[in-house]
Amino acid sequence: MNEQSSTQKRNQQTVSGNSSTRFEKEGRTPIVEFRNVVKQFGEFTAVDDVSLKIWPGEFFALLGPSGCGKTTLLRMLAGFETPSSGEILLDGKNILPVPPNKRPVNMMFQSYALFPHLSVRDNIAFGLKRDGMTKENIEARTEEMLKLVRMENFAHRKPHQMSGGQRQRVALARALAKNPKLLLLDEPLGALDAKLREATQFELVNIQEKLGTTFIIVTHDQEEAMTVSTRIGVMNLGIVAQVDTPAGIYENPSSRFVADFIGDVNLLEGRIEGEAKGKHAEGNMLFAANGIETTFSARCPDQLEAGTTCWLAVRPEKIAISKEKDTKAVNQVSGVVDDIAYVGNLSTYHVRLANGRVIKAQEVNRRRVENREITWEDEVWLSFTEGAGLLLAE
Amino acid sequence: MIRRLTWFNATALTFGFTFLYLPIVLLIIYSFNESKLVTVWGGFSTKWYGELMRNEAMLDAAWVTLRVAVFSASIATALGTMAAIVLVRAGRFPSRTLFSGMVYAPLVMPEVITGLSLLLLFIAIGLDRGMLTIILAHTTFAMCYVAVVVSSRLVTFDQSLEEAAADLGASPLDTFFSVTLPIIAPAVVAGWLLAFTLSLDDLVIASFNTGPGATTLPIKIYSAVRLGVSPEINALSTILISIVTVGVITASLLQKRLVRRGYQVE
Repeated sequence: MNEQSSTQKRNQQTVSGNSSTRFEKEGRTPIVEFRNVVKQFGEFTAVDDVSLKIWPGEFFALLGPSGCGKTTLLRMLAGFETPSSGEILLDGKNILPVPPNKRPVNMMFQSYALFPHLSVRDNIAFGLKRDGMTKENIEARTEEMLKLVRMENFAHRKPHQMSGGQRQRVALARALAKNPKLLLLDEPLGALDAKLREATQFELVNIQEKLGTTFIIVTHDQEEAMTVSTRIGVMNLGIVAQVDTPAGIYENPSSRFVADFIGDVNLLEGRIEGEAKGKHAEGNMLFAANGIETTFSARCPDQLEAGTTCWLAVRPEKIAISKEKDTKAVNQVSGVVDDIAYVGNLSTYHVRLANGRVIKAQEVNRRRVENREITWEDEVWLSFTEGAGLLLAE
Repeated sequence: MIRRLTWFNATALTFGFTFLYLPIVLLIIYSFNESKLVTVWGGFSTKWYGELMRNEAMLDAAWVTLRVAVFSASIATALGTMAAIVLVRAGRFPSRTLFSGMVYAPLVMPEVITGLSLLLLFIAIGLDRGMLTIILAHTTFAMCYVAVVVSSRLVTFDQSLEEAAADLGASPLDTFFSVTLPIIAPAVVAGWLLAFTLSLDDLVIASFNTGPGATTLPIKIYSAVRLGVSPEINALSTILISIVTVGVITASLLQKRLVRRGYQVE
């Protein structure tokens, strides 16, 4: 519980502080900079002109569906792939001519890649031995790493004698042992079950905060990216679609793809009617959904002109559902309950609008389910505030 | 479902194994024959093993064979392992299929042709025939077997292990000796044992490439038998069969162990 609140606190701080733009203004050197990086495998373009800056101390997540190029980006940073064109800078220096074994970067592999013929201790010491450290220093550092991941009692074990979670911790210790400037994590929790995964996410965050090392994590799990990272780069089809804090990505997605990929969203197609008026409607536009009489007031960061075709995006949890019409609500529309998905703490109502589109509205079940007012085939009213909706051009 | 042995299966099994092993079993039995006549049983004795130990020519031949087998197996293992690594790892290079076919072709090539072609080569380059030429000839055909055994292991090798080694600062050579080789070691040892036994019992290729003072055991046996089978040969053959059997069983056990020890990363 404690850990959870600390993570959330951190996320909020970065939202308000937005350290990345501050660093940019101060002219600091990013720890990693991709400059117009392209990677082609034959005809297929895995990474398409990516430019990205990552700052020291960040926990940066590369998030996207499989095949979006996120792992390729990470492998280029580690040196296992060479970009077809573009530059990769580490601490301001071009690292493309540097072979992987000379880069001050360490990686935690998806399969963990623990050496099966070596014990936990020897696995962790592997990198240290190649640094020309003295025997005492190697031993001391190995002990320290074992303690960090709480594996002191398993030092003599071989990888095949351990559970998935234990292997994952050893892999983390091994990657951190050399005290890299940058730690790359390739789907590090993919092989763990849901419960262990959640616990490990917080552990990762704690370790990252303790050491201050820059972490770059690749994941296809949006919840994981939201939980652990300070900033997320959402990737799709080889391009970075949006880079922002977790809250920024969730609340202000820049495109339909991002809105749809992160969390659940209702998308309605329609067009801009004109400027919205009202107390809280600064910068809002009026939106008319195709096939529905009513108009909605929603935020419009892209400053679209009247008549433009666009989409209204509203998160299900931001839509209220009731049997009576709310006279005060700005955005309101009626429909018929098609389906109810009950998951215990929440219920998601699938409401069919006049134009046939189904809108999802999520409610917390404060009452016991037997006492629920709304049921199938009921006429209901859906409402949301002026700040809840977002108009997206593409 | 446990299937019972039906009379049909039992008969097939008996006939099959009798066909395969009756001659060998007979040979082993007669190696303990008291009588000098090979086909007449004269009671149990180990005297032919004793005779064998006093036969200088046979012991010389055995010593030659052993040295040839050890050297050719070692060279074949080094070359075969390298070939396997290139064929499995090098990805797609032009005419890759042709190359892998060419590595495996000697497996099915008639020994007479391999022997003859090597002989022609040695004559052409003016290399005197002797132990060296037999070692070279055995290396040539044994390395294909090593390549097959090692590459079957390499196919299942998780390449991220090598990437991890590089990531932790190991040079490519260091990675090979500290990560790749220890993990594929059982397959390499199995390949060596296979090459060793192949060299041990080869007659055809060796007789093409042999020279004065380099008579291997199979050549010696073959020429001795032409003058008449003696129980001493039976004793010698029994020893050879035991060595080969132990070699082959060890090789297959090593490969099983590889799988059991969880070296295959899931």
